[in-house]
Amino acid sequence: MEVTRGRYNPNEFHEAFENNIIITTIEKALDFCRSRSLHPFLFGPACCAMELMQAMNGRYDLARYGFEAVRATPRQTDVMLVAGTITNKMAAVAKRLYDQIPDPKWVIAIGSCAISGGPFADSYCVTQGADKLFPVDVYVPGCPPRPEAITRGLLQLRDMINNPEIAKVKRHG
Amino acid sequence: MDSNNNITSIWDFFQNPIIMNLLIGVVYFAAIAAFITVLVIILMWMDRRVAAFFQERLGPIKYGPQGLLQPVFDAVKMVSKGNITPRNVDKLVYNLAPMLIFMTTLLVYAALPYGKNLTVVNLNVGVLYLIAISSTATIAILMGGWGSNNKYSLIGGMRTVAMIISYEIPFAFSLLGIIMLTGSMNMTDIINAQKNVWFVFLQPLAFVVFMITAMAELNKSPFDLPEAESELVAGFITEYAGMKFGLVYLAEYANMFSMAAIAVTLFFGGWQGPLLPSWLWFLIKTLLMVFFIMWIRWTLPRIRIDKMMKLNWKVLIPLSILNIFLTGIGIKLYQYFTGMGGV
Repeated sequence: MEVTRGRYNPNEFHEAFENNIIITTIEKALDFCRSRSLHPFLFGPACCAMELMQAMNGRYDLARYGFEAVRATPRQTDVMLVAGTITNKMAAVAKRLYDQIPDPKWVIAIGSCAISGGPFADSYCVTQGADKLFPVDVYVPGCPPRPEAITRGLLQLRDMINNPEIAKVKRHG
Repeated sequence: MDSNNNITSIWDFFQNPIIMNLLIGVVYFAAIAAFITVLVIILMWMDRRVAAFFQERLGPIKYGPQGLLQPVFDAVKMVSKGNITPRNVDKLVYNLAPMLIFMTTLLVYAALPYGKNLTVVNLNVGVLYLIAISSTATIAILMGGWGSNNKYSLIGGMRTVAMIISYEIPFAFSLLGIIMLTGSMNMTDIINAQKNVWFVFLQPLAFVVFMITAMAELNKSPFDLPEAESELVAGFITEYAGMKFGLVYLAEYANMFSMAAIAVTLFFGGWQGPLLPSWLWFLIKTLLMVFFIMWIRWTLPRIRIDKMMKLNWKVLIPLSILNIFLTGIGIKLYQYFTGMGGV
């Protein structure tokens, strides 16, 4: 390397230092790895699940970011994708499945129904949003949201895990 | 003088054959464990890329060169993930099962010939050992299914036992033809016997039977009935979380490589090949074989449980017995026409 040959240029030295040596804490390194291997738990009670499937297939390909390893059992997953309407009868099951996911875990609410009940908000049998049952990290609006929006929602979650501050900064009003 | 005496006594201590064997064993174990770890990372990446390739996707490409860092992130995540033991499980059996599954995988690696004079243990009953050890994993899988105290786990475990025990028969029979040709069960002898012609050309029927049964032994699609997602949630690994699941996952990919290595050793001339060093030939052939297994896996749909049993008992076992019969006739004819072996 040029730096080691006599002439000492502090800028060059610091550049080499910053480019080649990474200083981090264990928590940050773990978060970095966790955010890049989110195994989704497929919980698709309604039509938004169709868009989710499309997001995983050919053209939109969530697998590029390592999000394609869908597991059918909650024990082996990290992020719960609530894709659709949660009826009151389903609510108990949804809560139980959420509890079965080992920590650390995250939730993404996909579509109007999972955010607030959507078009069925006035119904006697529909839970008004997944956040009535458990904490939701990312909301993806739309009825249903396009596959691009779902991909962006997962990428937002990835950034949020790395840097929890951004979730607080971006507030409306 | 004192220090000199000490050194000689330490040297004598290491010269003790028991200590020496123990140390060599530790070195072998460390070498194989390191080999499996690196290998599984490459295989996980390869599996996901190959799957994407067959489904017209790209697969993981964003992290690292060609996405090679993806399995590393997965591994770190799995180690740091919460390790749940459900309340009503049989704790001893539940916790022991993933370790046993991984241990049987490790035992298979002990007898593989990685190159010329490059094998951990050169057993004279190598083929028998491989068949015996690879079917021992069944017990561990049933332990996992039983210990989880979950109906899906139990059904998955039962299916594995039914499947592996019945597929073990044509698996062993398909290898009998090779043992008849070489007259030895030693892996090195079998490789040396393929100097002129690979056994895949002498035993094509045995190879077909072997590949079908090998896919069944691996629990991979089209025979992934123990983990059928649409019927049983995830089969015997339903209740496993964190690194316990990670160990089973690791063993699955390691098994894929060892099965491909057995296929290469018995049918494709093992480490033999021109120009390149023998271990490189072994790696090239085995990775091609792994690609072939993945190709079958991502192309065919899952077979139904009753059809699977029919395929085994009505097609594969008669075919493998026919193969033994034909091999016997072939050997006698060869001896008759070349005048060898006084017929």
